[in-house]
Amino acid sequence: MPEGSAAVAVPAAGLPALGRKVRRRLSPDQVMMRWTLVLAGVALVVALAAPMAMLLSRAFEDASGAWVGLANFATYATTPTLAVSAWHSMWTAAVTTLIVVPLAFVFAYGLTRSRMPGRGVFRAVMMVPILAPSLLPALSLIMLFGNQGLLKSWLFGGSIYGPTGIVAAQVFACFPHAAIILAVALATADARLYEAAEVLRAGRLRTFATVTLPGAAYGLVSAGVVVFTLVVTDFGIPKVIGGSFNVLATDVYKQVVGQHNFNMGAVVGIVLLLPALAGFALQRWARKRRAATISGRAVTYVPKPRLGRDLPLFLFCMAIAAVLVGVVGVAFWSSLIRFWPWNLTLTLENYDFGRFDTAGWGSVMTSLRMAGWAAVVGMPAIFVTAWLVERTPAAGLLRGVVGFLATAPLTVPGLVLGLAFILFFNHPANPLNIFYGGMAILALNCIVHFWTVGHLTATTALRQLDSEFEAASASLKVPVWTTFFRVTVPICLPAGLEIASYIFVNAMTTVSAVIFLYGADYKPAAVAAVQMEETGQASAAAGMACVILAVALAVKIAQVMASALLDRTTQAWRRR
Amino acid sequence: MNSGATTALAAGQAPPITGTPYLVIEHVAKRFGAFTALRNVSLTVDAGEFVCFVGPSGCGKTTLLRAVAGLDPASEGRITQGGRDITGLPPSARDFGIVFQSYALFPNLSVTDNVGYGLRGALWPKVRRRDRVAELLSLVGLTDHARKYPSQLSGGQQQRVALARALAPEPGLLLLDEPLSALDAQVRHHLRAEIRALQRRLGVTTIMVTHDQEEAMAIADRIVVMNSGLIEQVGTPEAVYRRPASAFVAGFVGRSSQFDAVMEPQGLRTPGGHLLPTPLLAPIGTLLRVFIRPEDIRLSAATGSGLSAQVTALEYLGPICRLALEDERLRLEAEASPDEMREIGARPLARLGVSLPASRLMLFPSDA
Repeated sequence: MPEGSAAVAVPAAGLPALGRKVRRRLSPDQVMMRWTLVLAGVALVVALAAPMAMLLSRAFEDASGAWVGLANFATYATTPTLAVSAWHSMWTAAVTTLIVVPLAFVFAYGLTRSRMPGRGVFRAVMMVPILAPSLLPALSLIMLFGNQGLLKSWLFGGSIYGPTGIVAAQVFACFPHAAIILAVALATADARLYEAAEVLRAGRLRTFATVTLPGAAYGLVSAGVVVFTLVVTDFGIPKVIGGSFNVLATDVYKQVVGQHNFNMGAVVGIVLLLPALAGFALQRWARKRRAATISGRAVTYVPKPRLGRDLPLFLFCMAIAAVLVGVVGVAFWSSLIRFWPWNLTLTLENYDFGRFDTAGWGSVMTSLRMAGWAAVVGMPAIFVTAWLVERTPAAGLLRGVVGFLATAPLTVPGLVLGLAFILFFNHPANPLNIFYGGMAILALNCIVHFWTVGHLTATTALRQLDSEFEAASASLKVPVWTTFFRVTVPICLPAGLEIASYIFVNAMTTVSAVIFLYGADYKPAAVAAVQMEETGQASAAAGMACVILAVALAVKIAQVMASALLDRTTQAWRRR
Repeated sequence: MNSGATTALAAGQAPPITGTPYLVIEHVAKRFGAFTALRNVSLTVDAGEFVCFVGPSGCGKTTLLRAVAGLDPASEGRITQGGRDITGLPPSARDFGIVFQSYALFPNLSVTDNVGYGLRGALWPKVRRRDRVAELLSLVGLTDHARKYPSQLSGGQQQRVALARALAPEPGLLLLDEPLSALDAQVRHHLRAEIRALQRRLGVTTIMVTHDQEEAMAIADRIVVMNSGLIEQVGTPEAVYRRPASAFVAGFVGRSSQFDAVMEPQGLRTPGGHLLPTPLLAPIGTLLRVFIRPEDIRLSAATGSGLSAQVTALEYLGPICRLALEDERLRLEAEASPDEMREIGARPLARLGVSLPASRLMLFPSDA
């Protein structure tokens, strides 16, 4: 037999090296990464897991804190008004989903698969509902079709208060969420599949049914899940336009604020959690099924101009855009009206908020400060956490736990998180209860509530970086934080801006996340708008909604411009 | 740069291998959960030596390199570098430079800043740092590209930046993790000669991981052939090619034909019933796996007696032709010069006389 080289080393005598367990030592920067990750985990436990656990436990207790098992749930199921609300929530959400998803699909198809003019403008207009508080479309609908509506006769005696109004307003509010998801799903098409279909002489319909739809299937499931969850968990719209039509979200509010029944509120909150959890499971299932169809070598599909397709799509998108702008326009117009609908002369009096609400313009300042704090504190916290989850060496379990905590808020509706926050932070035994009713708790709630989207944005940006940056800098004896600040942060700056503006805009517009938490001195603008509408000051409420929209729009435009500027000046290395 | 390499090689300059062990790997094992990536691996690398780890994907070659680098430290065993036990140390406490398959260049830093990235602290004042970067850029031939960003460079240029960055702090050990696999064939051939010349010039102990055995043969002083977490053989390119230690090495390194045969008193009996004359190498009746290199198969015009086979395919490669031969169940791959082909009348479907020199047969116990 041929002999191998004799270069194989013989272990030094007296050293039974085999079986010797190696103790891995970490460098100071690796240790620091690990402890920072621990810190992030503890923060998420305190601000998310502990409040949610408190909420869960309260659902199994009576008002005095005694364990009652499933008694609260039994009461819930046997109280007809409560069970009916659950049914109301389900079917309005289902109807909204069935309307929004097809509309958004055609709109997104026009944006990504046609050569119609004005695609950029449509893409911008599509975002408008996200920048407005959800009660804005409800206010517009009331102005048009409400008891004193201009077009009330169009309903032939029907009423906008109730399911009709809820669904109509939800369609407006949810449209951008579905359209964004579907535009992304349709934009990632593989041109090679279309070429193959063409070469195989498949007709347009067949290509659509066999290539386009399967490719977008995951997007369709995601969009459906997101819309359904948004409708079930939204508070502003049913509060404003629901009338006597009760849904889960308004039930929680009534139980907690109206009857101070925290235990029943917790039960309804858990019921509210179910559709989101089911949706999350459905999305995971769909993602698993999708995994096999994606190829790393996909070629971007670029549609060719074709009038027969582009013209109808253009007209469709125009119609949608007109409705979106029209709804905002009605709200804005009504905010300038002296006395709707009897005296249609224009005035700025409705913007003198002090006449309608004791906080006056102060609530706008509160919202600005809250959103500002949430964005300024939340963005770095979310980004650093995402980076640690991605890059901390040898901390598999820890990374998994923190990663889970970072993605969990997506399944927790704002109203439920808000409720969990009062139960936890307002507890007399909790040393953190000094924050209750203050600015910190509002900002913290917004950060946690919008954590997941920021985390996913950061993770996506980080995964585009080479996974060996930290290893390369370690081999060069450069501490990992130097590389973090010199390389990772500059590259991810656009993603960071996006996260900050996302948190800011959503903190400005949200009602459900803060309705339970604001103190007398810290009333956010969106809550003030809801209250003004409640007291019959619809025009002032519309004015407040428009102010929120204007601020959100300004921040969004500032972010887009800053990103463009950044791209032109500091990101020269991106160009080839 | 490349011409420098050629001159150095032409001059027959001996590699500056001192023969003193620099990196000693003893009984190293690595587990990822239930999966064992390395089992009891031992190896010594001499100072100044260029060693290649080769093997199919999943054989553990990259795992071993990452254990040496400390990126995924070994679970068991010991690794010493220059006499210092580094087994459990973090990468930053070790002394090495590394070039990743993806290069991991910092995209927002210029070539100069990338190369100078590790040159910081009291040891590298500004002037010394600038000089060192300039020296390395000229060494890899990128002086004109100093101000560019990585995305503005070709793949081969990026690779050289990564090499310069790894070498800048004068590491005692250079680790190359499939550094050439992202490049196209021509650039790859050119760069491997450059890397080899640079390594000889600097005398830095180098370990390269590659799945391309031809690349390993071309570049390494010694080759470490790995398979399913074990070292199959360590040896010079010639030793590994000519005297493979196992059937796996014989099949993995270089081209070869293989078939089963039974040891009989007169020689080896092929499946077709032919007898190959060899000295008695194994007990009578043993089933053996026989390997033979294409260049070792002697071809002649068919004579009627002895082993013959039909030409089933022919590839013209310029200096040589490659033939696929078949005789019932026996399949062979042979090579011949175009002149030889004409002389013996090798054409598709022609029958040729075949002889397999006993001294060139490589025999291993058969798995079957």
